[in-house]
Amino acid sequence: MPLAPPITDIAQLKSHPALGLLTEWNASVVEAVKFDRDELTTWIEREAIREACAILRDSSSCPFNYLADLTCVDWYPSEPRFEVVYHLLSIAHKERVRLKVRLDGSSPVIESVTSVWPSANFYEREVFDLFGVRFTGHPNLRRIMMPDDWEGHPLRKDYPVEGYR
Amino acid sequence: MAQFPPAVAEAFRDRPDQDRNLVLNMGPQHPSTHGVLRLILEIDGETVVRLKPEIGYLHTGIEKTCEAKFYQQVVPMTDRIDYLCPLTNNLAYCLAVEKLLGLEIPPRAQWMRVLMNELTRINSHLVWLGTHAMDLGAVTVFLYCFREREDLQRLFEMVSGQRMMTSYFRIGGLALEPPLGFFEQVKKFVDRFPGNVDEYEGLLTGNPIFMMRTKGVAYLSANDAIALGAGGPTLRGSGIDIDLRRDAPYSGYENFKFNVPVRSEGDVFARYLCRVAELRESAGIVQQALAGMPEGPIKADAPKVVLPDREKMKTQMEALIYHFKIITEGFAVPAGEVYQAVESPRGEMGYYIVSDGTAKPYRVHMRGPSFANLQTLARMCEGQLIADVIAAIGSIDVILGDIDR
Repeated sequence: MPLAPPITDIAQLKSHPALGLLTEWNASVVEAVKFDRDELTTWIEREAIREACAILRDSSSCPFNYLADLTCVDWYPSEPRFEVVYHLLSIAHKERVRLKVRLDGSSPVIESVTSVWPSANFYEREVFDLFGVRFTGHPNLRRIMMPDDWEGHPLRKDYPVEGYR
Repeated sequence: MAQFPPAVAEAFRDRPDQDRNLVLNMGPQHPSTHGVLRLILEIDGETVVRLKPEIGYLHTGIEKTCEAKFYQQVVPMTDRIDYLCPLTNNLAYCLAVEKLLGLEIPPRAQWMRVLMNELTRINSHLVWLGTHAMDLGAVTVFLYCFREREDLQRLFEMVSGQRMMTSYFRIGGLALEPPLGFFEQVKKFVDRFPGNVDEYEGLLTGNPIFMMRTKGVAYLSANDAIALGAGGPTLRGSGIDIDLRRDAPYSGYENFKFNVPVRSEGDVFARYLCRVAELRESAGIVQQALAGMPEGPIKADAPKVVLPDREKMKTQMEALIYHFKIITEGFAVPAGEVYQAVESPRGEMGYYIVSDGTAKPYRVHMRGPSFANLQTLARMCEGQLIADVIAAIGSIDVILGDIDR
């Protein structure tokens, strides 16, 4: 089963409900799209992520009401260094979409989506703990996995696997 | 003043006017918190005012370790995440890598995966049922459940050589052909298993003490369940009809017929009924898998990814070369990213894998169902009695390996 090449043209992917909703709301927040291996990835402008999530959640035609996962990828040493990744699921329509936001390495800050999904609470704390990305508006942004007095963010690519000695 | 951990200090600091509340630490060595879960409870008499889970005691950095391993070396690590359903983790990881590679899996391997996966679900639910009932005072059920669990672990040992950390699924198929007599043993087990479930239900379902401890306790509404990211029986117990095996079939689940038990009450008893019904459904799926088990290879035809048989290695030069290459250099996976979700006994178990085209994963993220379910605990317990916290913890079936990773 050879892999089909990814589709990156927005016009071709308009039929996907998530992209349809986003472009209908405000096409300028969608920075790029990719449809690869049957999964849609949408890059969203950093400032618009919380509103974009709210739009997707509250849609009447296809509500993406479930935040399945929230994580981060470190592309060190390239810039923008971080990509925060949101996996949304529409329980009623069995559709999935992946949202991504690119963040600078120097001051990775992004608006929290805990006001849209309270479930983002632990996930954002985990990303803060392990990557050092700050979420503004988060109710309790503390370390969750590592001890409170830990130094550094272990899942960053410049953090050695065996830790600092 | 003594140095308090930040969470305790915070509980004091936030509510200076309410100093009549007592801050109580539960865990991480408390036997009914199912592992190293630690809860900071703020209580007013017997009533829980606030509940904060403190996690991370079992954090081993598996996600970081995965980045330093070849793709095939990650499989045994996935066993150790959710140690009650290692095969479900194996499956989610293997499916994700197979999706990245574009590999097609032969039908026999797919059916074996479904069969083993459902046995694992039964195994996991048995541990849950036994410990949950024991927390609520019914010790007999624990002994009955572990009797059946022992049989299941013998079955796992038969196919993989290990009782718990099986690593039986490999990228591209299975590790080994199941041994002679395996299917007969499985058949014997699932033939009598519904009778065993009747036994457990006879002890619990109509039991007035059990009902008083569970009915109307730790209520979670459907809206809260979705907003807080609950999964699996916790979500279905609140009336949301979702099951990834049916809604987004993987590994040939579309060939199987089963019901998805849903209850609308949203309490501990509803979650109990969902899981017990799932025990019966899983036994039914195993019966179907046994009846229709196809013949054929158990590994995909991809010599650069799948290790060759020992027999071939000793007779064919290419097989030996491929074996050497896979072991020493791994295999390159085309760049890209996938998110593969499977229905674990606790809910959506998702693997997000990013590949940069090399032989080691650039990033592996596990979306653990217990991590998500744990967030519902505060909503369930706040305003309730402290004794009901134990019932609530049992009902969401937390596995700390899955939470902390």
